[in-house]
Amino acid sequence: MINSSYPLLDVLIDPELLRELTLADWNELIPQARHALLLGRLHALIVQHDLSDALPKQPLNHTLSAYLASEKQRASTLWEVVKLGRALNSLDVPVILLKGGAYIQAELSLSNGRLLSDIDILVPREKLDDIEKGLHSRGWRSSKKDDYDDRYYREWMHEIPPLKHITRGSFLDVHHTILPPTAKYKPAPEKLMAAVREVNPGVCTLAPVDMVIHSATHLFHEGDFDHGLRDIFDLHGLLIHFGENESGFWDELAPRAIELDLIHPLYYALHYCSLIVGTEIPKKVITQVKHGEPNMFMSKVMDGLFMRALRPDHPSCDLPFTGLARWLLYIRSHYLRMPLHLLIPHLTRKAWKRRFAETVEQPKVGDTPIMQKNKTSGWRFWVR
Amino acid sequence: MTSRISDLHLDYLHSILQSSGLYLKTGPFTYRIRSSVRSVAEGLHLLYGQNQFHQKMEFVDFDIRLDSPNSLRRRFRPKLDFYFDHQTPFKPLPLTQAFAFLEWGMNWCISVHMNQYLKLHAAVLEKNGRALVMPAAPGSGKSTLCAALMLRGWRLLSDEHALVSLEDNSLIPVCRPISLKNRSIKVIKQFDSSAVFGPLCEDTHKGTVVHMKPDAQSAALDNQSVKPGWMVFPKYVAEGDTRLTERIKETAFLKAGDQSFNYSLLGAQGFEVMSNLIEASDCYNFSYSNLDEAIETFEKLSTTAA
Repeated sequence: MINSSYPLLDVLIDPELLRELTLADWNELIPQARHALLLGRLHALIVQHDLSDALPKQPLNHTLSAYLASEKQRASTLWEVVKLGRALNSLDVPVILLKGGAYIQAELSLSNGRLLSDIDILVPREKLDDIEKGLHSRGWRSSKKDDYDDRYYREWMHEIPPLKHITRGSFLDVHHTILPPTAKYKPAPEKLMAAVREVNPGVCTLAPVDMVIHSATHLFHEGDFDHGLRDIFDLHGLLIHFGENESGFWDELAPRAIELDLIHPLYYALHYCSLIVGTEIPKKVITQVKHGEPNMFMSKVMDGLFMRALRPDHPSCDLPFTGLARWLLYIRSHYLRMPLHLLIPHLTRKAWKRRFAETVEQPKVGDTPIMQKNKTSGWRFWVR
Repeated sequence: MTSRISDLHLDYLHSILQSSGLYLKTGPFTYRIRSSVRSVAEGLHLLYGQNQFHQKMEFVDFDIRLDSPNSLRRRFRPKLDFYFDHQTPFKPLPLTQAFAFLEWGMNWCISVHMNQYLKLHAAVLEKNGRALVMPAAPGSGKSTLCAALMLRGWRLLSDEHALVSLEDNSLIPVCRPISLKNRSIKVIKQFDSSAVFGPLCEDTHKGTVVHMKPDAQSAALDNQSVKPGWMVFPKYVAEGDTRLTERIKETAFLKAGDQSFNYSLLGAQGFEVMSNLIEASDCYNFSYSNLDEAIETFEKLSTTAA
């Protein structure tokens, strides 16, 4: 049986259930999938399960439309990686792709129909200056104009301010580690870099276990759960794929998380994949990650928060207190990120700025979208 | 018993817009429209009067709403937000621009969400079973020409979106009001006094904007696609002569690609469909200042089938 107020989750777990939907049910499903950034992914599943002919045509226009956009993003991403290779390889630095870019480059099935907002790469910190100069000379410029923002990134974050390419409009996040230096847990980026897998000459992804651990760390340390459900399904897809195709994957996973000081996010990832999607995780691994589990009281609290925040950010999916849950997790993410004496002034300033910001980044209605720059790249479909 | 939107009492339409919303089918798309703004009800009643009235439709492509963010704010700053599925993709606009805001928002829904067509920013009309596609940048006199052609019997498919089917390269109608700006409003009023106009929206970021009602023929054929016939790149030249000159297909391709919303997004498929469209169309440049002469030129053109 499908939960008719939240059909998205059920059909992602079992696409065959799409056959049971009435046309009116699609009125819930399409907006939920769109908000969760899973519309293109949904289409990929429909095609994979050969359901196109069995389903109503009108809603499929929406999934198809998003899927076509994701295919364009795939091509743009691969091209962007070529360009990055030229910029970085000349400095003797490999392109280490993280998250969405890596899934595409590694041709993982979960990247099929997946939409992404930027490309993330990991680079050695000691070469950061040269890399930034090299990228700058090839057209990647900082998108943060504000001095405070720039300083905030450089002093407190694990990445430099996001870069945007001046002609192609693509967004690039350059990370030198995977958590802010001020964070409680301190994974050593050298360990991740030492284990990378080269997929093309000069282009790498993290090792399979590290991909999972990084995805988990990213999701459970971020304060922004706009695409939380998408990220949970990424994790699910990674676990299933590597569990089946990488020998030793399950054996290495938990020990590696301990080695990287990231057992807590891995615990959360496995816990919520299993709770939300029903991912099958070997018993042994569940035991291994147990000590990443918070105490019983906090466990209950966290379930209350995450089971709300990991639903699509759409009013039809909200439970009582969903707004509060999202807010508390936002605060938590900052608390995990930096000590209180840094956090309070930072959040105060952010809140202040948001309240009085003159311009929210919203386009003027009526301006024909083709008039936007970068029409040749398709990056304007990126959601950022 | 089916009825048309114009059969409803305006007050009743207004109350529907304030409650469950109006389900409006235009071309292949279904909009659900909600708004408490009176001029929105008036505009819809007048300009979409020929469309079927639906109190409910099972599936909605675009659920949109035009309202003030909250009642307190409305009192001090009468501004409107455009909601698409609970999100506000645009900056608020003044209450006086409500109907233009609605039309722009409806265009936006198609521009960013529907990639299962090759979409050009173009006016599309039909004569003798063939489509005239006129891609053009804003300010080139596309809508003025489009309005004049419709008033002289050409069937309107769209003033804004050429939707080209990826399956058979035909042009799919989405027959909605024609948007006229600034001086062209007066030009069309003088050209034909029978033209019907919706609410006037002044001081928008595009100047004064008004929407013109499609004729009955165009509205009635809103579900019938048309084979391509001609692609014309119009240009209004003040005091200029009327000139129709053939354009080589290669540069027509580039220019049309330039005016496409999603040519590049569709990749190889976009290239193929665009090639087929250009191949099936006779391509011309057209510059004009006199509408009567323009109509005459297009009448002649319409007898030359591609």
